Amino acid sequence: MSRRLLVLRVNGLAREAAVDEHHTLLEVLREDLHLTGTKHGCELGECGACTVLVDGEPWLACLTLAVDVEGCEITTVEGLAAPGRPDPLQSAFAELGAAQCGYCSPGMLVSARALLDANPSPTRDEVRHALAGNLCRCTGYEAILDAVLLAADRDGSARAAAHVAGGGDRGDR
Amino acid sequence: MTVDPSRTDDLAVVGTRRPKIDAMARLTGEARYADDLSMPGMLVGRQLRSIHAHARIRSVDTSRAEALPGVVAVITGRDVPIAYGVLPVSQDENALAVDRVRYVGEPVAAVAAVDEETAEQALRLVSVDYEPLPAVLSIEDALDPSGVLIHGEGQGANVHKAVALEFGDVDAGFAAADLVREDVFSFAGNTHAPLEQPATLAALGGDGRLTVWSATQAPHYLHRALARVLELPSSRIRVVAPPVGGGFGAKTDILPHEVAAAKLAMVTGRPVKITLTREEVFHSHRGRHPVQMWVRTGFTSDGRITAMHFRSLLDGGAYGSFGVASTYYTGALQTTTYRIPAYRFEGLRVFTTKPPCGPKRGHGTPQPRFAVERHLDRAAEELGLDPVELRLRNAVEPFSRTVNHLRITSCGMRACIEEVVSASGYHGKKGHLPRGRGVGFAVSAYLSGAGLPIYWNDMPQSEVHIKVDRGGGVTVFSGATDIGQGSTSTLATIVAEILGLQPEDLAMVTADTDLTPVDLGSYSSRVTFMAGNAAIDAASKLARLVAEGAAQRLGVPPEELVFRGGQVAVRGDPRKSLSWAQAVRAASARGALMTSGVYWAPEMAGPYRGSGVGISPAYSYSAAVVEVATDPETGEVSVEEVWIAHDIGRAINPVLVQGQVEGSVYMAVGEALMEEQSFRRQGVHRGPSLLDYKLPTTLETPKIHTILIEEPDPEGPFGAKEAGQGPLLPVIPAVAAAVEDALGVVVHEVPITPDRLLRALRAGHRGKAPVIGPASVPSFEFGEPERVQPPVGSPAEVAVP
Repeated sequence: MSRRLLVLRVNGLAREAAVDEHHTLLEVLREDLHLTGTKHGCELGECGACTVLVDGEPWLACLTLAVDVEGCEITTVEGLAAPGRPDPLQSAFAELGAAQCGYCSPGMLVSARALLDANPSPTRDEVRHALAGNLCRCTGYEAILDAVLLAADRDGSARAAAHVAGGGDRGDR
Repeated sequence: MTVDPSRTDDLAVVGTRRPKIDAMARLTGEARYADDLSMPGMLVGRQLRSIHAHARIRSVDTSRAEALPGVVAVITGRDVPIAYGVLPVSQDENALAVDRVRYVGEPVAAVAAVDEETAEQALRLVSVDYEPLPAVLSIEDALDPSGVLIHGEGQGANVHKAVALEFGDVDAGFAAADLVREDVFSFAGNTHAPLEQPATLAALGGDGRLTVWSATQAPHYLHRALARVLELPSSRIRVVAPPVGGGFGAKTDILPHEVAAAKLAMVTGRPVKITLTREEVFHSHRGRHPVQMWVRTGFTSDGRITAMHFRSLLDGGAYGSFGVASTYYTGALQTTTYRIPAYRFEGLRVFTTKPPCGPKRGHGTPQPRFAVERHLDRAAEELGLDPVELRLRNAVEPFSRTVNHLRITSCGMRACIEEVVSASGYHGKKGHLPRGRGVGFAVSAYLSGAGLPIYWNDMPQSEVHIKVDRGGGVTVFSGATDIGQGSTSTLATIVAEILGLQPEDLAMVTADTDLTPVDLGSYSSRVTFMAGNAAIDAASKLARLVAEGAAQRLGVPPEELVFRGGQVAVRGDPRKSLSWAQAVRAASARGALMTSGVYWAPEMAGPYRGSGVGISPAYSYSAAVVEVATDPETGEVSVEEVWIAHDIGRAINPVLVQGQVEGSVYMAVGEALMEEQSFRRQGVHRGPSLLDYKLPTTLETPKIHTILIEEPDPEGPFGAKEAGQGPLLPVIPAVAAAVEDALGVVVHEVPITPDRLLRALRAGHRGKAPVIGPASVPSFEFGEPERVQPPVGSPAEVAVP
């Protein structure tokens, strides 16, 4: 087994780790970088619990070799909230009970974040399709779909307010 | 001051929609689940699993594995030879098989190594010399007297539990009936598949005490089993349940890896963590029993039930688990929805060489509920009655006794039926939708906590402690495990209501046997009702202590004080008040502020063996209407909408209750249409993965309309009853009824997979009866039933016309 010194950009920080080349991004995040917020439910790409963003796109960390994403911008659930300022998705998930056991939530949240960044005003059906790869065993998905739409709505209102106040779209979330 | 736990008006926090107090921790990656824990020097544990469904173990050679650099210990069944089981009557399982394996995937050896790769490599170096024995994979095979015995030596029938009970005069009931109908049903086994794979971390402290952090729903039962198997006093063991990533019953039994991790920690002196792979979770199982059922019911011409005879045959898998209780549960709750004046129940559980079945959401009751509801639909057709009307004519009365000695208290069943039928427009749709679309209806009931603990004892079923520091900080200690259902928030809300605080003000310490008092666990939908009542008791005692201190300061009798909005104020004169912190300070001058609350369920057991299963201090009721769209070309069924009304008594937090209802509906849709734990010949699981084991994604989950019926229960905390399991029950038969309405196919079996539906449709095209379901059930001679005198006031006393 060969090891390599790797520099990964995770949640805006450059993180260095000596990793086994055959280790997945999921293993490196959880075991080498101690970012245990990203979960595993199968390690076979079936459940979506390990979803992280790689350059803004949802990727399954359990099927991604860490060495393949060197130089990419990686976002995990730990990177969604600014200190004291949760992502609107996190607030909406909390309010509407979209996280029960919470084990699918880290993957669900980043998948939803990728959707809203690409499509700020999705329909319910678009949300449903965007999250079809993230399994949840607790909620029946209803609260999750509602929460993503609520966050989109608030994102939209915040953008509109910023547009009025700033005289233009500053591109803030 | 006065605290009235049954108070249902003028509530400050109970009944309000609010986030769980731990929601953000679970949404930011902060919550640390069992597999997120690690310790310096920690070893990785892995288990070697049997490749045979049934074999004798001639020998296990671990020497090559032990010689592998990086391997610290290898243990086998000889190291943990003491058998255990969650039920005292079924101490039949070993953490690692001793001399025989009974299912593919049964653990045989366990290793602890410096990393996962080494541990995996070590498993391949353990050689097990097996002498294969015949696999036993069906109820019929298990009952074959010339077949092999799974427990014990030689030949015989593999009966784990057989029960036959009769309440009232069933023969007389049938004789008085205008219509006697018989039907047979089959319900496939399925599994919980919680997203979190179970994990256990165990470490021996320098003081020789063992700590076990485990993804468990019942730390108390795990604590007891570990003490037994490891031969340690329970005072030397601490069990902690970290936040659990979903349970649904999967983490209620004692699982082999929990024992193996603890033993490896003791052997190595180093922390050891075992996390199951997804494939191993399917072998660990303890899920829904496959059940074959036969039911015979007598009706008067106007649809009133005169007698029922119900027979269930359960395929239990290799070990006892909760199986004795599961068996009784398949017969216990039929009487909680319908007035049945005479009832005979025969239940049988057999051993087979497959992963052990156990409790899954609804434990032993979804299968008979499916059968009874479908059977009533058949009877309604034959009697020319509307299915809803047939249910209403037989609906159980609130505050009554059933023929099998169950105590019914509050009962919102009629309200549930009326609401759901009206909201869905059921009567305008049934029989009137275009071909391919249909609606179905069913009702059900479930326990708010099992009336008795798993092992007999006369101690409280729940205890809650509350401690207040001098600054006013309140810490609540409860043994209940939050598996995502929000039990920690629910208990915080209850305590906050009584103390006039906000749930977010409280510190909650849960599920830690060193710190928290015993709660039996998060199973049987018991926590809100039982731990909730213990929390009311503890908080009321605390409020009394604080009131006495505050009263002295305010110069009024303590009875005149109310707790509201962070103030302790004189009733009717809010200007005369102390802040909570001032009141605590005044009370602290009189002594320590620490209280204990307890809950004992009332004594309810009837005068017969097995009467401990089915009793509960309260039953929740549910009714569902399901609308489906089907494709007769592909056999696919899509559940489009579900209307569900649930009699919750009182929603402590409607967000959480609605979440439980919707989650139950989701799981029911999976069980009705696609989920099946099935095995190839030789007992190999057909698809132990989340792709092969089909479960609903966002795309297969219907629109759910939830209606909460709040008719407070007199004994529930603020009137609350359960929500976590009951709402699953009516959905499965309602899906089946909707498919019948859509396509005219008789559905007496689940899951309704496309191949089963197509086969039935093709049979119809060939002029045969289009049926999904068995033609018969395996035969078994139950013998004479134990005859039990029905209780005073039960339907047996009402003369059959």
